Amino acid sequence: MSEILGEILQVGFFAAILRIATPLILATIGEMFSERGGVLNLGIEGIMLLGSMTGFTAAYYSGSLWLGILAAMAVGALMALLMGLLTVTLGLSQHVSGIGTTLLCTGLAFFFYRLIFGQPSLPPNVEGFQVAPIPLLAEIPLIGPLLFNQFTLVYLALLLVPAAAFLLNHTSWGLSLRAVGENPRAADGAGVSVAKMRYQGLMLSGMLMGAAGAYLSMAQFNAFTFGVISGRGWVCIALVVFGQWSPWKCLAGALLFGFVDALQLRLQASGVIEIPYQFFLMLPFVLTIVAMALVSRSAIPPAALLVPFRKEER
Amino acid sequence: MPGERGPILAMRGMSKRFGSVQANADVDLVLRPGDILGLLGENGAGKTTLMNMLFGTYTPDSGEIEIDGRPVAISNSADALASGVGMVHQHFHLVPRLTVLENLMIGRPGSGGRLDRRGARGKLAQIADRFGLTLDPDTLVSALAIGEQQRLEIIKALFRDARILILDEPTAVLTPQEADALFDALRAMAGDGLGIIFISHKLYEVKAITNRAMIMRRGKVTATIDDIGAVSERQLGELMCGHEIRPPEKPASEPGEALLTLREISTEPGAAGEGVPLRAVSLEVRAGEVLGIAGVSGNGQLEVAEIIAGVRTSASGELTVAGQVVVYPNPRAIQDLRVGRIPEDRLGTGLISSLPMSDSMVLPRIHQAPFSRFGVIDRKRTREFVEHQVERFDIKCAATDVRTGTLSGGNLQKVLLARELAFDPLVVLAAQPTRGLDVGAAQFVHERFLEVRQAGGAILLISEDLEELFLLSDRIAVMYEGRIMDTLPIEEATVQKVGLLMAGAETAA
Repeated sequence: MSEILGEILQVGFFAAILRIATPLILATIGEMFSERGGVLNLGIEGIMLLGSMTGFTAAYYSGSLWLGILAAMAVGALMALLMGLLTVTLGLSQHVSGIGTTLLCTGLAFFFYRLIFGQPSLPPNVEGFQVAPIPLLAEIPLIGPLLFNQFTLVYLALLLVPAAAFLLNHTSWGLSLRAVGENPRAADGAGVSVAKMRYQGLMLSGMLMGAAGAYLSMAQFNAFTFGVISGRGWVCIALVVFGQWSPWKCLAGALLFGFVDALQLRLQASGVIEIPYQFFLMLPFVLTIVAMALVSRSAIPPAALLVPFRKEER
Repeated sequence: MPGERGPILAMRGMSKRFGSVQANADVDLVLRPGDILGLLGENGAGKTTLMNMLFGTYTPDSGEIEIDGRPVAISNSADALASGVGMVHQHFHLVPRLTVLENLMIGRPGSGGRLDRRGARGKLAQIADRFGLTLDPDTLVSALAIGEQQRLEIIKALFRDARILILDEPTAVLTPQEADALFDALRAMAGDGLGIIFISHKLYEVKAITNRAMIMRRGKVTATIDDIGAVSERQLGELMCGHEIRPPEKPASEPGEALLTLREISTEPGAAGEGVPLRAVSLEVRAGEVLGIAGVSGNGQLEVAEIIAGVRTSASGELTVAGQVVVYPNPRAIQDLRVGRIPEDRLGTGLISSLPMSDSMVLPRIHQAPFSRFGVIDRKRTREFVEHQVERFDIKCAATDVRTGTLSGGNLQKVLLARELAFDPLVVLAAQPTRGLDVGAAQFVHERFLEVRQAGGAILLISEDLEELFLLSDRIAVMYEGRIMDTLPIEEATVQKVGLLMAGAETAA
């Protein structure tokens, strides 16, 4: 057992945690923004899938990975706009709208992929992102290879966390978003447009979700498959609760998931424990539920989450 | 002096319609600097609608607004704030999980997008200096007392440089002493040249604080009074409801045996932000007696009502109805002991909005005679009962099977009263029985309670309306933070004493 542990607990293992956690960080922070404004974006799973497909296709034909990321973010924003139309403008149930959006996005992703690529026996792939070591910093022992020898998107995801915390807590935009998510009537009374803030929160979430999906097909797997997201979006919904709607705690949640996922991959590969591999695949999800049950009892969601806001109501 | 300068605000020909209801019809209003204008009217008279148009919450169908002699277009609250109009709503518009300072900064452009906390602190200190309104900037709003939250609402308006301040029933949530402090602040603001509109239906307050008044009824201005000193409270009241008002007579009554007794009732603390736990509450209501419970909202009155109604369980203590200890209190057991319940939340706890009115009226007893036999509903008997009650209580409804939720507040309360008083209750538990009712409907409710009292029933009246408590009660118990501070016979009770107890003073000196 100890040699397995020795084999596992290497720098490469910890670097893998970050790589695995990156899409979760992106999408969780995105979902957090949407929810802080009072809208549960259950379109997340579908938006990630559609972003993954769009990003991959754009990169495949343009040859530019970054163009792929931008395309994924654009389509994510577009789908978030649809969510906004349903939940903010029309005030429909956020649960139903979100599940509908996920189903729609899933259908669109499969449809366009098939339309563009047909049914190839081997999925087409792209030359994915390469690690971009940061000069000098990457040379630092231990920390260097772990933190500074990663994909550019990993750096961006890590930078996103303090940026999100700053945006939420130290800007007037962030205060308006929080106010809208806690008490839209108060925000409205203070001259803040509730609809505008909610749309903006949603669009930001859609862009980050799209980017998260694209990361999977362009950095992690370098190809688009129908199972590329496989529930990661739903995990992010849980991670937002686990993270108590705070960027740093959301990061912690994403890293925890990344840790267990990386661990199960190593365990699977080591072949020490002989049980069907699906068991290992299940582990990070089980852990998410357990962690949530332990931590989230005290979590208080934004007070106006799920509540549509209508102005002239008597 | 008011009157020497031109008006700070002029509203002309304001009209607004909601569906078939003409909420405002051709309303004019003039406010001068230094004015405290009382806006009086019963519920549904259109006061709040008028103010919501001024504040941009509702868009008027027609009419124009001038501020400082210049026409302004106000289509949302941002416009109103920019024009110098601030509003303190009846239900506060605050974000509990943000600090005082953050609440003030919502909707304010920061410097370059960054929140300007230092600037906000400075401005808060200025307001404190000028008007004597102080609050700690870093306290979470959820930790503020109700009176402090209201102060924050006023500061919020001043923070936005409001020169016209609207207060919608501001004293409803205050103790008498807190109301006095509010009045001092309002006078300071008026002295500073602000124009204040004070919405209320408490006549003595309007007399005390305003210098002019405007009275509305059914969406129209029915009177303007330019010197409040020249009219009496009674005249104001008659102008407001359009007919003479005579308070109900309360005949002498000799209280009998105790019909409802709470002995040392305590409850577990609920989830965060959910009321207060009761701490050894003991009460006794005797036959032929009205026991009033006073207190600022959220000091355990709701919990007491829920214990007696059997919808909340106590951790310890004993509930006795007519000498019988209620071992497992539940709503049906309580009903079977002949306790009538008028809950605070008429359309949530009391009645079911989507059911026909006739069903609402019989629902709690639908399982027993005369409404059903062997589990089958006797439609004929039920209809007869409902029709009889509709007549007896003068319930205004198009048909007995209209959706309960479509009835007005006064009629809803009559449905509840009819239902709970029909089977000669020994005890009546009434929580905020006249909240939101107009003067006529409130008087009707009061008369019914006094009838029950005359018939030897015991009434527990929980109210935040001190006038009502003093009118009906034989004794007044005051609650503060889940405890009964004291119980005073009505002869010894004064507004000052009760107010001090409501604020938590140990003895009413």
